[in-house]
Amino acid sequence: MRKRLLATIAVTAVTAVTALTAVSGLMSGAAQAADPIKVGAIVSATGPASFLGDPEKKVLELYADRINKAGGVDGRPLQLTIYDDGGAADKAASFTKRLIESDGVDVIVGGTTTAATMAAVPLVERAGVPFISLAGAVVIVEPVKKWVFKTPHTDRMAAEKVMEDMKKRGFTKLALLSEDSGFGKSGRDQTLAVAKERGIELVADETYGAKDTDVTAQLTKVKNNAAAQAVLVFGLGQGPAVVTKNYRQLGISLPLYQSHGVASKEYIRLAGGAAEGVRLPAAGLVVAAQLADSDPQKKVVTEFTKVYEDSFNSEVSTFAGHAYDGLMIALDAVKRAGGTDKAKLRDAIEQTKGYVGTGGTVTMSAKDHMGLTLDAFHMVEVKQGDWALVK
Amino acid sequence: MFAELLQYLLSGLTIGAIYALAGLGFSIIYNASHVINFAQGEFIMIGGMASATLTASGVPLPLAIMIGCGGAMLVGVLVAKFAVERARNASTVTLIIITIGASIFLRGIAELVWGKDFKRLDAFSGETPIQILGASMQPQSLWVVGTAGVLIVAIGLFFARTLTGKAILATSHNRLAAQLVGIDVKRVVLASFALSAALGAIGGAVVAPITFSYTEMGIMLGLKGFTAAVLGGLGHGPGAVAGGLIVGIAEALGAGYISSAYKDAVAFVIILAVLLFMPNGLFGKRGTERV
Repeated sequence: MRKRLLATIAVTAVTAVTALTAVSGLMSGAAQAADPIKVGAIVSATGPASFLGDPEKKVLELYADRINKAGGVDGRPLQLTIYDDGGAADKAASFTKRLIESDGVDVIVGGTTTAATMAAVPLVERAGVPFISLAGAVVIVEPVKKWVFKTPHTDRMAAEKVMEDMKKRGFTKLALLSEDSGFGKSGRDQTLAVAKERGIELVADETYGAKDTDVTAQLTKVKNNAAAQAVLVFGLGQGPAVVTKNYRQLGISLPLYQSHGVASKEYIRLAGGAAEGVRLPAAGLVVAAQLADSDPQKKVVTEFTKVYEDSFNSEVSTFAGHAYDGLMIALDAVKRAGGTDKAKLRDAIEQTKGYVGTGGTVTMSAKDHMGLTLDAFHMVEVKQGDWALVK
Repeated sequence: MFAELLQYLLSGLTIGAIYALAGLGFSIIYNASHVINFAQGEFIMIGGMASATLTASGVPLPLAIMIGCGGAMLVGVLVAKFAVERARNASTVTLIIITIGASIFLRGIAELVWGKDFKRLDAFSGETPIQILGASMQPQSLWVVGTAGVLIVAIGLFFARTLTGKAILATSHNRLAAQLVGIDVKRVVLASFALSAALGAIGGAVVAPITFSYTEMGIMLGLKGFTAAVLGGLGHGPGAVAGGLIVGIAEALGAGYISSAYKDAVAFVIILAVLLFMPNGLFGKRGTERV
């Protein structure tokens, strides 16, 4: 009996382990005579952040493949090594170590989440390997770390963009509803800081759980707050959609803002008609078709959208775009550095100037390792189930 | 002031009804097999995901729910047969760990089958909020509370009136005695898993329009359902229902009157208090050691 029990446990455990933590294997480019450019990547392709990491992984593989087919960079093929941290920061750290020590990569793209990124930072700083993060929080590049860069917009920029729009509409009193996730908490901190700077008064500061199925209690408090002129929600995933539905259910008439965390069609699909009139800051990629032809981003985002959607038969996401930007910035720097000497490569990344990507126009400097300005965000409003640029 | 309170109560009632259904599932399985089945949340998930994806591909809603329900029952029986039954003589803790393993396994499979994104299921009867004395609720909430009520009554009748129901009850009271009077205890365990899987799946389908469905929706619902079951007294059906409603309403009131940051804490503080002062839950029988 005991043996059978042990066997059952073992079988269950083994199946679970293989099914769940199947680490994505090595993806190596074609073996060619020329010395390959070794790009390492750590993404959360499985686990809770998989909706971010999965498109990132796909994009990296797709573009590495395309670039190799087109003859590589400066005649050198690309050798991509991707590890899946499953959303765990400790795994991200050990994979970073492996990329640096046994794979000997020239540059690392990744860290899907802020936690994974911050776990990798001390390692890349010590080893001196250029590292381009795909995570959002401001802490990654503030204070500036010598070897660390990032492509996505920060939550601070989102808060600034929302408050800029509020001021334009003559609102000065904001009610904040933030998620209790890392993204929401950081968003809340930044919103508080930006509000102070911009003279916006925060009249309500509520939170909700990332997996909450009902937030009417919090919204009732906001509804009964006579001072509030607009509401900002800071969250990711299904939470903001639940908030939006409850918001309409309670018949709250204040303008509703969301963060860039929900800038994907999925949000509109989930919230349905309730999303009408919601405003949020979004990257150009989201509104590719609506950008003016004179917009420098137009060509890049339209092309990227087409390539992505043709290859994967699913809607493009901003997260996919972050990975694209990360890889392109790295390769662009390789060209300018004339090789993969790590110190030269780092300097070249820092000197990135006027790179037009899916996230905006990137101009980095010794003080700014992200290189995006507020112009990278477009204020959009949901109209008839689609995004519309707010003029 | 009153409208505010009413709003909190209505919100609490809706969430509470969901917790109650999940809690009831825990109780039924616990009764039949003394296993705390942590895969209960996954039954909810299967119901929600199946009905959302099937209706999206054109299957009429009632049929989609039935298919989801049937699928969940099958999964429930398989879990009972191949994971729990084979380890029948193991300690309770081992069995619990097995069900946790099964839940992780099911979630992984679901992720492979349905993908990682959120699925939307349209509300059964529109989304125009119902206004009651200044408070408002989604029509779907009535579906949730109504379905929970009907299922709870049906389960009550099942245990009181049918032979299978009585057999499950008998097994819960004394497994050996039940076996001696000719009850097939193994089948009782299978039936109890199928039954709570069906409960969970139907619950998952009716809550999906409110919560959206995704492969991890069962984790939190399962945990809160467990809280409800413990609060009401593990293995006590009506207790689990009451426990669910209490947890749901306490959460809503906590979020409304204290602080939304402590919403989840409210539920767990209640649990701690109950376990400290009434270790068998609000309605549970006092455990007796027979010599």
